[in-house]
Amino acid sequence: MFMKKAALTTGIAAAFMLASAGGASAFTACQVTDVGGIDDAGFNQTAWKGVQDAMSSYGIDGRYLESQSETDYEPNLNSLIESKCDVIISVGFLMGDATKTSAEANAGQKYSIVDFAYDPTIPNVIGQVYATNEAGFLAGYLSAGMSKSGVVGTFGGINIPPVTAFMDGYYYGVAYHNSQKGTNVQVLGWNPASKEGLFTGNFESLDDGRAFAQNLYDEGADIVMPVAGPVGLGSAALADELGSDALMIVGVDADQTQTDPDRAHVYLTSVLKRMDSTVMQVIKQAMDGSFSGGILLGNLQNDGVGLAPYHHFDDKVPAALKAEVEEVRAGLISGAIKAGG
Amino acid sequence: MSGEARSSGPAMSPDMKALLVPAIDSRSSWRELFILPLAAMFLAMLIGALIMMATSVAPETILQSFIAMAHGSVGSIHAISETLTAAIPLVLAGLGIGLAFRAGLFNIGAEGQMVVGGLAAAIASFLVTGLSIWLHLPLVLLVGLAIGAVYAAIAGLLKAATGAHEVISTIMLNLISIRLLDYMLRQPFIQKEGRSDPISKAVLETAELPRILEFLDGNLRLHAGLFIMLAAVAVIYWLLFRSKLGFAFRISGENPGAARYAGIRAGLTIVMAMAIAGALAGLAGAIQVSGVLGRATPGFTAGIGFDAIAVALLGRSHPVGILLAGLLFGALEAGGRQMQVDAGVSIDMIGIMQALIIIFVAAPLLVRRIFPPLFRERPRGGEENG
Repeated sequence: MFMKKAALTTGIAAAFMLASAGGASAFTACQVTDVGGIDDAGFNQTAWKGVQDAMSSYGIDGRYLESQSETDYEPNLNSLIESKCDVIISVGFLMGDATKTSAEANAGQKYSIVDFAYDPTIPNVIGQVYATNEAGFLAGYLSAGMSKSGVVGTFGGINIPPVTAFMDGYYYGVAYHNSQKGTNVQVLGWNPASKEGLFTGNFESLDDGRAFAQNLYDEGADIVMPVAGPVGLGSAALADELGSDALMIVGVDADQTQTDPDRAHVYLTSVLKRMDSTVMQVIKQAMDGSFSGGILLGNLQNDGVGLAPYHHFDDKVPAALKAEVEEVRAGLISGAIKAGG
Repeated sequence: MSGEARSSGPAMSPDMKALLVPAIDSRSSWRELFILPLAAMFLAMLIGALIMMATSVAPETILQSFIAMAHGSVGSIHAISETLTAAIPLVLAGLGIGLAFRAGLFNIGAEGQMVVGGLAAAIASFLVTGLSIWLHLPLVLLVGLAIGAVYAAIAGLLKAATGAHEVISTIMLNLISIRLLDYMLRQPFIQKEGRSDPISKAVLETAELPRILEFLDGNLRLHAGLFIMLAAVAVIYWLLFRSKLGFAFRISGENPGAARYAGIRAGLTIVMAMAIAGALAGLAGAIQVSGVLGRATPGFTAGIGFDAIAVALLGRSHPVGILLAGLLFGALEAGGRQMQVDAGVSIDMIGIMQALIIIFVAAPLLVRRIFPPLFRERPRGGEENG
């Protein structure tokens, strides 16, 4: 018994030495995900892609920590401070308060938060925000042109500005199509005036994604834009079963034909939030010393937001509509058209 | 025994005789409390390693991940602080569930009791103003405790009055509490100013549980709830094993027939046991809000009320066992975080390990078969694993 114990102790001691010897990279970027997880086919995954791009381009170390509930945010941020990260990237509106608390308690640590900004700004935090209403506007315009039933739908995860910005843009894009082309396409699931609409109340349940899309489909919608991270995968599964003639999905955040390749044929397009490019930009700033707290805005002009290619629908979208979408894009960039919201 | 009792009840069958034998012999229960969970943990880690290997994680990463787990749970003052912080609500809610177990009640509702207790505490923490911390903080904690007790007592009353099974009613009360939380967090007097999502106002400073290690490092989250937890362990131990009420609970749990025969009022016992269980869960919710989170948000309980069921099982429904099990679960949570950062192992792996530990603890015979020397019953003085 004693011999066994001694051997065990030696083993543990050796293991500790092994562990402390490893890991000597110059720069480490760390990410804390929100409750969606690192493989949410949405903004956590896209932000992580930015870190991975930086890992391969700049040769840095990258790590991530997944949060299982809102109560994990603060301890996760803290444990990254313990792990000596050069820049900590947190993701999402819901992590806003936790990131602020952590940043104020650790003024020497660089932070950047994806999809959120502080007013007033915090000196050691860069807030990355996106004009998704501009890209959503394009998707709305496109959907209005593609809908055969004259009804399109959308729903969100939680009624918070980063979610509803998509829905605002989508709504106004449809409305713009109606006013320009004399159509009367209806939008179900969101009313920008009253700020009320359909929300699943979570960013996890694929069942909810299916049920909400089913409801909208039952009400006549043939195009649905779910703005709820992985919840949208459930909607895509429904569209896959019904067939893309009956129901098309507009993806959000990432190009979902890439993140959900098995059901790529149901995605009309995706409203892109290029968080990978802004995350990479922040890491570069942190590396070359030009990091300073404030806001980084991604919009149509700097390719921080955009529409994904039509992929499977490339020959189904009429050339005239494609041209109109490009015109609307130019109009939004020049300011001739207002995305509203 | 057999002669007189026959008139008041059915004949004594072998099954009933078995019921009269105490479920756990308290003299040898230290084996149950210490050795069994340790052996279960060892087996769980072994199988966890096998699962990691099966998912093609490199052996050195597996080793690294266990080191990271040890480091992240007890390897630094920060790690210990996180372990204890995570253990506090688990132990408190676990004590309640364990106590209900002892009284023969399966309280699945700790989650819901935490939700209503925490919500009530949050409301009391910002609506009541102008008190000093010496009045405000105890008030907030007591509100959480009382509301949790009332909420759980509903399930107890339903069982006592109508026979509705407490498993069903507490599960349903959980669902109600979650929707109630969503609804309440949107009410203007609760919702944080300028937000459209459900989130409460912040807990006032006079209602915050002080962080007891703040003088060392601002990031250390351990709060004074630690002392409340330790006190609760002592109080529940006294209640269960030294008080008349606890005796009534245990008798009702081990042999309801005998309890009734001895003149213990079954209905009152059920309601009391549920109320105390709910009080502890409500207190756990209040402590989370006041000591850790600083506000109520949807899902602020984070499944702690369900994990606490596992803690109570693992602790064999004994207050000291629950304390140890809660510490272990807290360590798994804190260590799991480090496992992710250092070794890049998925957080889901921690969930698998926790589940494996519970499976092994729930199957004590299996563990005894695998490690026979640890559980050899008879030999006292002589050869203890020479």
